[in-house]
Amino acid sequence: MPLLTQDEAQALLKKVLSYSKADECEINLTGTITGNIRYARNSVSTSGGISTNTLVVSSAYGKKLGVATINEFDDASLEKVVRRAEELAKLAPENPEFVSFLGPQKYAEPVMFVPATAAITPKQRADAVAQSLQVAKDTKTVAAGFMEDTTTMNAMMNSKGLFAYNTSTGVNFSITMRTEDGKGSGYATRGYNDFTKLDTKKASQIAADKGLKSATARAIEPGKYTVILEPAAAAVLLENIFFGLDARQADEGRSFLSQPGGKTRLGEKLVDERVNMYSDPLNPELPTSTWAGDGRPQEKVSWIEKGVIKNLTYSRYWAEKKGVKAIPGPDGVIMEGGTKSLEELIKGTKKGILVTRLWYIRPVDPQTLLLTGLTRDGTFYIENGEIKFPIKNFRFNESPVIMLNNLEELGKVERTVSVESNVNYLIPPMKIRDFTFSSLSDAV
Amino acid sequence: MKRREFVQLAGLGIGGMLMTVPLMGNPIPVEALLDVPLDAVQKKQLADVALNTAKSQGATYADIRIGRYLNQFISTRENKVQNIVNTESFGVGIRVIVNGTWGFASTNTVTPDGIKKATQQAVAIAKANSKFQKEPVKLAPVKSYGEVTWKTPIEKNSFEVPVSEKADLLLKTNAAAQQNGASFVSSNLFQVNEQKYFASSEGSYIDQDIHRIWPTFSVTAVDKGSGTFKIRQALSAPMGMGYEYMIPKAIDKLHGPADVMLYRNSYDMIEDATLAAKQAKEMLTAKSVEPGKYSVVLEPNHLGLTIHESVGHPLELDRVLGYEANYAGTSFATLDKWKTGKFNYGSKLVNIFADKVQPGSLGAVGYDDEGVQCKRWDLIKDGILVNYQAIRDQVHILGQNESHGCCYAQSWSDVQFQRMANISLAPGKDPYSINEMIKDVEKGIYIAGRGSYSIDQQRYNFQFGGTVFYEIKNGAIAGMLNDVAYQSNTQEFWNSCTKICDEKDYRLFGSFFDGKGQPSQVSAVSHGSSTSRFDGINVINTGRTI
Repeated sequence: MPLLTQDEAQALLKKVLSYSKADECEINLTGTITGNIRYARNSVSTSGGISTNTLVVSSAYGKKLGVATINEFDDASLEKVVRRAEELAKLAPENPEFVSFLGPQKYAEPVMFVPATAAITPKQRADAVAQSLQVAKDTKTVAAGFMEDTTTMNAMMNSKGLFAYNTSTGVNFSITMRTEDGKGSGYATRGYNDFTKLDTKKASQIAADKGLKSATARAIEPGKYTVILEPAAAAVLLENIFFGLDARQADEGRSFLSQPGGKTRLGEKLVDERVNMYSDPLNPELPTSTWAGDGRPQEKVSWIEKGVIKNLTYSRYWAEKKGVKAIPGPDGVIMEGGTKSLEELIKGTKKGILVTRLWYIRPVDPQTLLLTGLTRDGTFYIENGEIKFPIKNFRFNESPVIMLNNLEELGKVERTVSVESNVNYLIPPMKIRDFTFSSLSDAV
Repeated sequence: MKRREFVQLAGLGIGGMLMTVPLMGNPIPVEALLDVPLDAVQKKQLADVALNTAKSQGATYADIRIGRYLNQFISTRENKVQNIVNTESFGVGIRVIVNGTWGFASTNTVTPDGIKKATQQAVAIAKANSKFQKEPVKLAPVKSYGEVTWKTPIEKNSFEVPVSEKADLLLKTNAAAQQNGASFVSSNLFQVNEQKYFASSEGSYIDQDIHRIWPTFSVTAVDKGSGTFKIRQALSAPMGMGYEYMIPKAIDKLHGPADVMLYRNSYDMIEDATLAAKQAKEMLTAKSVEPGKYSVVLEPNHLGLTIHESVGHPLELDRVLGYEANYAGTSFATLDKWKTGKFNYGSKLVNIFADKVQPGSLGAVGYDDEGVQCKRWDLIKDGILVNYQAIRDQVHILGQNESHGCCYAQSWSDVQFQRMANISLAPGKDPYSINEMIKDVEKGIYIAGRGSYSIDQQRYNFQFGGTVFYEIKNGAIAGMLNDVAYQSNTQEFWNSCTKICDEKDYRLFGSFFDGKGQPSQVSAVSHGSSTSRFDGINVINTGRTI
């Protein structure tokens, strides 16, 4: 079914709530329409469209909670799902950490929805891919890519009088261009709320250019190097900080933000003083939801300011226990940058390595946030301000915390997509000294 | 359920992080899990609607999967049950070939009309995509099996065990860990039931009932004074079994080196949690490894992941051909290497086979998701690369005319494609025990359980950690180690395999949520092996200060 308007969603949720007999009831409604095209070997391999609607009912008796979901919307089904949630709540053991649902909240008007993206047609998708395939033909490279667009409606209501509604759109695109002999590979990725901002031809040209230029890679010794990380490469490292901001973990002594003696690093300087990270649901370049899934307002929050940890994320239970504001985790993070372009960063580098993409990132030690992974799809040696030659890929072992202490320079902020989590960020390209590459890889 | 949702649900994020999230999916009451909504006659009638519609619209091939996917997840931490979730998903996926091109559509409107519309949509997609098609799809022949059934040979359906009994076991597990010094503990039990009905224009109607189970926990020891913490994960394996896996049997227990206890076809969760707490505490003060070359002695619950990443993935034919180039990557094990018939993947001791039939394994089914009866086949024989994993539309590229039967979709709403079979290392032929192996090692490290893992996009360079590490000095265990990871290159690594224990040590490791494809799909797969020794392996020290 098509996505519900605010009035339609409100009417539906009121009806569901009218069936509730529990002490408390909260209902979340999500509707999503997605379309995707996947291609490889210069030909479309799969494509499809999925439309889903899900209603989640949470019913509570005291501190006993039950959750049930349904994707049918006739009256009988709606009543049934409420009864199911109530039955489960009665079966569930009491959870002392259950916190009563929130009352009415005030939210800012979200700015995530772009009509042009919601109105995308199969022909537009096919045309976007055709442009990418044309680049492959023109440059004699082999294209493999994926484009996915999404339109989403979220609404929630509870027995305490809370109601929230928003709509959003998004498109993610990624492209790998390999040389016909398999000796070179280049990559680019883009993410937007507005489909009309997506230029698949330009992204494909960047990927093809990197693919062709990386074909005669030389091996250089692993070790500590100055690197310039493109935003897509930096994102997959930095998001491990964003995902690890939980206060409870830090308080319990099992986080990189924990300190000896049961303290945390909240309020302490963790990284270089030029590092500023925040989230802002109303940022026009990276708009996100103005409310979290449990109804808490999402506001502008500073996470790291001048290198100091300013805020941590809290569950409502832990915040209540600690007597602090329950700040939810962010949906997208913005890192402030400088004014230089990637090219200007390269120009100002005497010796270094340009990294297009990092891959297969895994935590090695949660105590230090040490991560491992590899470079991929365009790794180049820089000398005297110029890209001199392509180099073979490296495995790295590095902590984003150590890395941000070795910061040399930040470039101009760009919107990028994490290949690990699919989350979008605003992140600058960054120059880092003493980045640890531990071994060589033969992979192209 | 996507892997990320699972990880959040399981509370097994980075460092055993515990997160409470709104639970999506389709939670339903326990009793509804045992209902049978459609019988085989009704399913056949619905299937024929799709097959007939496809044929009348010009499809040269069609298949339909009517799927009911049930899950139950129980999550706890310390003395609290955090979540009990029952999910259900029901619908159909229809795949057709028109103009030599694939088309796919799915719907949860499981009526003749809904199925007809979805089939028409699949045909329309195939027609639209055929303009990009360079080579028409060529399917390897498959037998028409008629009406057949297959069921995971379980002894006790885990969905029929009362929730209270299962929650109680997890709470006892947590209590055992806390009584033995754990600062924190979380435990989870995952149960999966796929009820899949497959029909195709080749004349097969296949009804299957598949079960999987995974008990697991994460124990954390914190030394508040020094601000240090260590995590010890469970040494269980996810299995293609029923609740019988949760009932410990003496015959399935193996005493490993040091205090390590290992499990085969049943699991003693409370015992493992007790040992985990003691080991996590020991880790707080264990010696940091001296980097260098070592003989590594790898236990099956660890080695399984190394097999998965360095043999299972590179030998998937679609990866070799470039279909995963934009995401998971391609493969170093190219067709030209295979064609020589001399490519030394490993030493002569290394025999690795693929199978979709081993009892108890996660990948075991009677037929795959395109109606091919499952089997076992060799990938590496006496160290030489001899075959890949391929399905009906690609196996002809290998000059073979029979699919290997490893096609899978994570749900009715996703299109099926080639997925990894169970990939296992055959045990050594001569009697050889783990104790004998340790005795023969001068300078080495014994590694048990899975840890951090990362490998490049062509599967050359990898780095693996583990759950617990013990130093081996002059044929004896010399204490626990910290900060261990080993790095190697796939071909060098398998050629450095010098000893494999015998079949008495053979058991399964499992990966419950292996990801592949865009949009990403998960699948579950097991890897069997016996403890094996690899010489001259580069071990690094992962300790840092921030």
